[in-house]
Parts: sequence; C-alpha cells; structure tokens
Amino acid sequence: MAQYKLIRCTINGEPVERMIDVRASLTDMLRNDFHLTSVKKGCEVGECGACNVLIDGEAFNSCIYLAAWADGKSIRTLESLTGPNGELSDIQQAFLDEAAIQCGFCTPGFLMTAVEILETKKLYTRDELRKLLSGHLCRCTGYENILNAVEKTMKRRLGVPAE
Amino acid sequence: MYDLKALYEATSVQNAVELRLEHPEAQIIAGGSDVLVQMREGKRAGKELISIYGLDELRGVSIDESGNIRIGSLTSFSHITRDPIIQKYINVLGEAVDMVGGPQIRNIGTIGGNTCNGVTSADSASTLHAWEAIVELTGKNGVRRLPIKDFYIKAGQVDIRVEDGEIQTAILIPKASYENTFGHYIKYAMRNAMDIATLGCSVNVRLSKDKKTIERARIAYGVAGPVPMRAPHAEAVANGQALSLDLIDRFGLAVLDDINPRDSWRASKAFRQHIAVEMAKRCLFTSIQLAGGEL
Ligand SMILES: Cc1cc2nc3c(=O)[nH]c(=O)nc-3n(C[C@H](O)[C@H](O)[C@H](O)COP(=O)(O)OP(=O)(O)OC[C@H]3O[C@@H](n4cnc5c(N)ncnc54)[C@H](O)[C@@H]3O)c2cc1C
Ligand code: FES
Ligand code: FES
Repeated sequence: MAQYKLIRCTINGEPVERMIDVRASLTDMLRNDFHLTSVKKGCEVGECGACNVLIDGEAFNSCIYLAAWADGKSIRTLESLTGPNGELSDIQQAFLDEAAIQCGFCTPGFLMTAVEILETKKLYTRDELRKLLSGHLCRCTGYENILNAVEKTMKRRLGVPAE
Repeated sequence: MYDLKALYEATSVQNAVELRLEHPEAQIIAGGSDVLVQMREGKRAGKELISIYGLDELRGVSIDESGNIRIGSLTSFSHITRDPIIQKYINVLGEAVDMVGGPQIRNIGTIGGNTCNGVTSADSASTLHAWEAIVELTGKNGVRRLPIKDFYIKAGQVDIRVEDGEIQTAILIPKASYENTFGHYIKYAMRNAMDIATLGCSVNVRLSKDKKTIERARIAYGVAGPVPMRAPHAEAVANGQALSLDLIDRFGLAVLDDINPRDSWRASKAFRQHIAVEMAKRCLFTSIQLAGGEL
C-alpha cells in the first residue's frame, strides 16, 4: 500500500510543497518531481557522488537520503549556480577553462562539493582539497584538472595569488 | 524508489520507543548509509523502517554533570571531527571518524549507526573500545548503560533489546578515561578514501607526571576478530613501565597473544598479524609523543 507524505522545503532558494511517495530517495524526488536532472543516478549506493547535492550547506549523496527527510530543509543543486540568463558561475567557468569536464556525468556532483568547500572561505592545501573531493568518482579526467579548477577558484575568491 | 514497506518517523525519543514496541519487526534507520545500501542490495528489501533521523535532541557533543563526554547517537562524523570538546579531550576519535568513506558519507553517517551495526571494521569502534566508552540505550524501562565491550555480542549483533523498545541515545566517554590521555588511530586500507579497513588499531596512553613512565596504555583493534577487541596482554606489558623503544617492540609483539584475525579476500591472517604488530608499535609511539613523552 502506497504511503505518502507532504513535504515543505526550499529548493534552489524557492519554497516548494509536494506530496511524495515515502519510498522515494531524494534523487528520485529532485529528478522526477522537480526535473532537476543535474542530479545524476550513478551507483545509487553512496559510492560515486554523481547524485551529490547541498542540504543546509552540507554535501550529501541524495541516492542514500530519504525524500521524506527533505521536509524543512534547504536544498541546492547545480541548477542554482547559474545566473538568471544562464551565465556560468566562477567555479563552473573554471571547470571549463581547466578542462575538468569530459563526459560531464560526474561534474554536477563535483561542483556541489566544490561549492561546499568554497563557502567555508578557507585556504586549503592541495592535499586537503584532494581529501575533500575524494567522495567523487570520475572515469574520464584523471582528477588533476578538477583539483586545478577548485584550487584556482578558491585562491581567486580569497585573493591569494596562484603560483 | 526503495523497496520499503512502511516508514514511521519518530517525533521524539519517547515516540521512537513507542514505535519500536508497536512495530517490533521494523528496523531503525538513522543516517541510512548502511540501511539504505542494504535495502538496495535486497538484504533488507520489503522491511518497515522507523526513522530517528529527525531527532535533533540526539545530535551534538557535551560534557555532562559528572564530567563525562556525551556524544548524541545521531551526531554525524563530520560534526564529531569539528567539535571543540572532541578536539580538546579525545582528538583521536575525530581523526578516526574522518577516515570513514568520503566527505558526503561523513556528513550522513552517525556514530550510533557505526556502533549499532555491530561491524568489526567500523572506524569509530576500536577507538571507542580503547577509551572504554559507555553505551546509553533508552527503552520503555528508561535508560540502560553498559560498557561498549558488553554491547557487542557477535559479528553484526549488539545488545539492544527490541522487546523493550530500545534505541541507542548516546555514547559516553568517562572522565577517568579521557583525563590526561592521548591517543592515535591507524586505519590500514588499500585506498586513502572510500575503503573499509583491512585492520584498524587505536592506542592511547596516560603518562606519569614526569612523563617517563606509562601509567596506563590501552589498545583496541577492528577487524582483528569478529567484533572490535582490546589487547589485554599488550596493555599488561606496557602498564607501569618506563618509556623505551624496547618496550614499544615488546608491546607490539604481545598483541599476537590477543588478536585472532582471519583470512579474507581483503588480506590473509598472516598479513593482518604482521601489520597488527607494526600498527600497535606506531600507534603507541605517536601516543607517547602526543602525551609529551620523549623516546
Ligand atoms: C560508500 C560508503 C562508504 C563507507 N565507508 C565506511 C568506512 O570507511 N568506515 C566505516 O566505519 N563505515 C563506512 N560506511 C558504513 C556507514 O557509513 C557507517 O557504518 C555509518 O556509521 C552508519 O551510520 P548511519 O547513521 O548511516 O546508520 P544506519 O544505516 O541508519 O544504521 C546502521 C545500523 O544501526 C542501526 N541503528 C542506527 N542508529 C541506531 C540507534 N540510535 N539505535 C538503535 N539502532 C540504530 C540500524 O538499525 C542499522 O542496523 C560506508 C558506507 C558507505 C555507503
Ligand atoms: S549515485 Fe549516489 S553516490 Fe553514486
Ligand atoms: S568527466 Fe566523465 S566521469 Fe568525470
């Protein structure tokens, strides 16, 4: 017997209300009910980070998060990063400039973790960034360019010269 | 969609206990990083779940009236690592849970889930054993507290009385256990991230005032047996002894009298025994240094 729950939350800054099936994961809800298809279905068991979104400022794999838990939360997906006319944010532009994207499947997940990192406004070492980004798998780029993109954006935002 | 039969969301600890008594077949879900994965794999398919994830009263670290550190069972790994009380008194626990999975797993995974799953490789478990943590359970008869070593019954099974509606509500580190005590954890795994420990070793020491003698050494392992375990022979070798490199060697070798690792696809028994000795020595060495001892 299907069981439903009324969810009130904020998605990409907009308050929303929706009846959801309690069997849904947050990935299911964001993709199917809100058409936020940047949230990818990869492994669906928390290993790859393709489904990563920010919930109240922290990064979570939405494939192992119940949609029912979204009630009262503020959720952000990649779609929130672009400007009103589709302008790219600095971190998205950096991914392009550094060739940190090939097939692009892992990219939304990486970008949202990058946002979590950048919003701490801290200067991390390369090794620290490597660890902070280690919850994502990428089959294409070999990771170095992704690290470069995050590191350069971090330094630019903090006004630290890139060496 | 998960193959779950029904979801009951607890609104308070009391309500969670009532839901447990009402639905004895249902399983508790905290962060779900074990439960939801197992449901996807089919192991827990078709089950009813009682969610306690919304119970903010079970989040956070504090010091109680007796001076014990109290870690709410729903506190996530990343919050434990960042917590100032943890950093000040039992930093090794924050370091150990910072080795779980990857960053997103550390945001969702809870210390309650990491102990209630009864898994020997759990990254918090060896440190909690080595610091003689107390597990707090709340059920229909109120609160029950027991030493963590008695909480683990066998692989995958812990002492939670479903018939009493119990859930785990906190993990306590007694004052006598953390005072003047310094520790170190080593996780041996194939990868630096997103990997389960081949072996985990946690050691802590309290030195004498002149920092020349080990007053108390404690050591515990994960994956050295079906459940996390202390190594009492090794502790007896070190307790009351003057600091020396020779003592560290003897301490390391003594663990072989205590541990009982197995052959598995991750590593052979012989390999686990080999690294167990080496990890014990390195952990003790670093713990002594952290405590201000000179070697
Ligand atoms: C990709 C990935 C990587 C991982 N890597 C690691 C790793 O490196 N090291 C590691 O130790 N673990 C790892 N894990 C396992 C998992 O994240 C941890 O065990 C975590 O602590 C589980 O916590 P949870 O809150 O998500 O538990 P849940 O999945 O919600 O629950 C786990 C078990 O405990 C029970 N339970 C939970 N809380 C309570 C409570 N308060 N009272 C009674 N019963 C309760 C549940 O019924 C269930 O049986 C990994 C998991 C994933 C998906
Ligand atoms: S799809 Fe969620 S972590 Fe892989
Ligand atoms: S760009 Fe293809 S998986 Fe990362």
